[in-house]
Amino acid sequence: MTGKYLFNKYYNLSNIISLIIFIISIFLLIFKGLNYGVDFKGGTLIELRSDNTNYKTEDIRGAFNKLNFDDLSVKKFGAEGDYVIKFKRSDLNKPDFIKNLKNDLDNYLEDYSFRRVENVGPKVSAELLQDGVTAIAIALAAMLIYIWFRFEWQFSIGAIVAIFHDVIITLGIFSLLSLEINLSIVAAVLTIVGYSMNDTVVIFDRVRENLKKYADIKIFDLTNLSINETLSRTLITSVTTLLALLSIFFFGGEILKGFSFAMILGVILGTYSSIFIANPVLVYFKVSQKTLIKEED
Amino acid sequence: MLYFSRLKIISIIVFCLSLIFFSISNFINNEDFFLKKKVNLGLDLQGGSYLLLEVDKNPVINQTLQSKLTQVRNYFKKKEIKTFDYKLGKQKVLFKSDTNDQEKILELFKNDNELNPYFDVYKSYQYNVELIDNIFELTLTKYGIIEIEQSLLDQAIEIVRKRVDEVGTNEPSITKSGSNRIAVELPGLDNPDRIKSLLGRTANLTFRFVTQNTDASFGSEKLKDLDTGEELNVSKRIIISGDNLIDAKPQMDNINNETVVSFTLDRLGARKFGRATKNGIGKQLAIVLDNQIISAPVIRDVIASGSGQISGGFTFQSATDLALLLRSGALPAPLDIIEERTVGPDLGEDSIKAGVLSLVIGFILVILYMIYKYRLFGLISNFALIINLFMLLGFLTIFEATLTLPGIAGIILTVGMAVDANVLIFERIKEELKKEKNKVIAFDNGYTLSRTAILDANITTIIAALILFVFGSGPVKGFSVTLSIGILTTLFSVYYVARLLTSLYVIKNKNNEVTIK
Repeated sequence: MTGKYLFNKYYNLSNIISLIIFIISIFLLIFKGLNYGVDFKGGTLIELRSDNTNYKTEDIRGAFNKLNFDDLSVKKFGAEGDYVIKFKRSDLNKPDFIKNLKNDLDNYLEDYSFRRVENVGPKVSAELLQDGVTAIAIALAAMLIYIWFRFEWQFSIGAIVAIFHDVIITLGIFSLLSLEINLSIVAAVLTIVGYSMNDTVVIFDRVRENLKKYADIKIFDLTNLSINETLSRTLITSVTTLLALLSIFFFGGEILKGFSFAMILGVILGTYSSIFIANPVLVYFKVSQKTLIKEED
Repeated sequence: MLYFSRLKIISIIVFCLSLIFFSISNFINNEDFFLKKKVNLGLDLQGGSYLLLEVDKNPVINQTLQSKLTQVRNYFKKKEIKTFDYKLGKQKVLFKSDTNDQEKILELFKNDNELNPYFDVYKSYQYNVELIDNIFELTLTKYGIIEIEQSLLDQAIEIVRKRVDEVGTNEPSITKSGSNRIAVELPGLDNPDRIKSLLGRTANLTFRFVTQNTDASFGSEKLKDLDTGEELNVSKRIIISGDNLIDAKPQMDNINNETVVSFTLDRLGARKFGRATKNGIGKQLAIVLDNQIISAPVIRDVIASGSGQISGGFTFQSATDLALLLRSGALPAPLDIIEERTVGPDLGEDSIKAGVLSLVIGFILVILYMIYKYRLFGLISNFALIINLFMLLGFLTIFEATLTLPGIAGIILTVGMAVDANVLIFERIKEELKKEKNKVIAFDNGYTLSRTAILDANITTIIAALILFVFGSGPVKGFSVTLSIGILTTLFSVYYVARLLTSLYVIKNKNNEVTIK
């Protein structure tokens, strides 16, 4: 009685693969780093729409290049004729900046408009970054404490390892693809933390129930049984959440693309890690009926 | 868990209907409709400008220390304690005394409230005094600085409000943010340049004489004349300042055919101005705005009426702006714009369209999937989901919450995750039905046994959402709002709406075949 599918056969293999990807992600984060947007790096972002369809990205970049900005980046943004331009500047304070910029730009471009302008000073961006990191750290700590109260410590380590796995690999993929990290990505990461925890807790809840019920089944098989019993729920919830997220990704506009992409990665990783990361941890700690009894004493 | 008393059923229906009622008020444009509450759209959805201003407290701190220096010197002179070598250091006042007076001076700084005020609220003095190498060092304490910051911020926010109101934008919101910042939200404004230039000026106006005498008792300073570009030597003695103005407006001067700013002085100002012009006929009067001379006319006549004109090569726009600045008064300290986010109205509209489209598509996909998976019970769950969405919108309306683009994403995510609780329950019921013959007991067990997992799962998500609410800023905060309210309405809709429907169905069919596919 261990369930229909033998997930536990792949515990070791999946853990090795996860570990490798995890380490690669850490390396990417250390050596390549993250591509911070203006929220965290400071600077100016302009979303420009041009009605002149003859323009190519090079033309837009060329025009802005003539204005001599540091750290200039020009990218297409969704619909034809939409671009996002980012650069550094120090004179955020000057009220006429955008007016002057438009005057200068008129020499090189026509039929364009600014749809969105964001200016973030260095002080604010440093604070936003710090707040983001603090928020994620506190979220992790809160989850750890919550699950500590609800379960035994072996379970909380399993859950936290799974969450770290999801968050680090999601950020690693963002680093690898040089995708922008902005405020909405912090929101996504926090939601991933919640979601991954959610998935793990449901399986753990079943593991504990089964531990009380079956004294004779070893934890290796018991986790597998619990995974199987909750499997259809795990899959159905992942599917409905992914349906919602894919809908945001494809139809929700460019601004939400990064957010929904991070969440999609997080949901897939969270589903995987709740099965293949959180449960093996229980096996490594040799959790048994005694673990529960000891806690109750 | 399947039994519902009649009273309970009625309460559930009334509760749901009242929230649905609130949510519907968003879709009714009728002015006569008695409910005026609506969900606010964030700046990212309706378009508009957000500015974060920081009060530069350093000039005021220096001024405070400067006057403290004078006060301390006079204080000890009066007490006949010899102090000397007064200096203004970096954020501190330095002075010396005879060695045998040192103890006494330190004692006075502790005990005399006039010399060093004690704030009961903070349990702290205004100033810190230390004796280092026989030199007294007087610095503001943390709370001394907070005190200054607070009064600065209170004054600044008043002026900012006046200036923004004068421009006449649509429902601006001006709020304190932290200890030294002001957040300005200007819905519908797609070009904040004018507001920025109005807020970027302190507008400190003074009328002073131009003087040749460099060592007059008040001292003088060299200031640049904006009109001619030359530097003039201006006395530091202030005849009247912007505080004395009660009105200012732009006007066309028909004689010289140029735009001027005409102003009216209060009684005190008028008297001072009259006296100064009487004594100073033939002298040059400098009108100084933020340390720049805007004009320096020669006084030809006594002006006793208390009104006058400032000319300085204005365009109509710049005269209008100057008049506005003078009417609203001077800022107590310069403001730095440290963050700015502007969204054009067409982008906001596109975002709403995209948000609603993805909500509808996500909703339809989830609904179809649930029907495919659970048939009749899928329909029950979908009904609960629809009620859930109306309740979510109802709560947002009651709280007059601000809906942002990430907020819409939070609603869509709620749709995806809301069915989770029902899935957990249905899956559990399936398992119980295998073991238990009695349908009612099996359903009951399904609900009971899945409860801890559902609570755990939702509490973890709500923890994440609340942390985001505390630390998140701007539109992202809207995401945490919709997500947390969404979780609460989800739990309600699952445990009251869906469970009620399930129980009605099961009790009616308790002798028939009941299966969850």
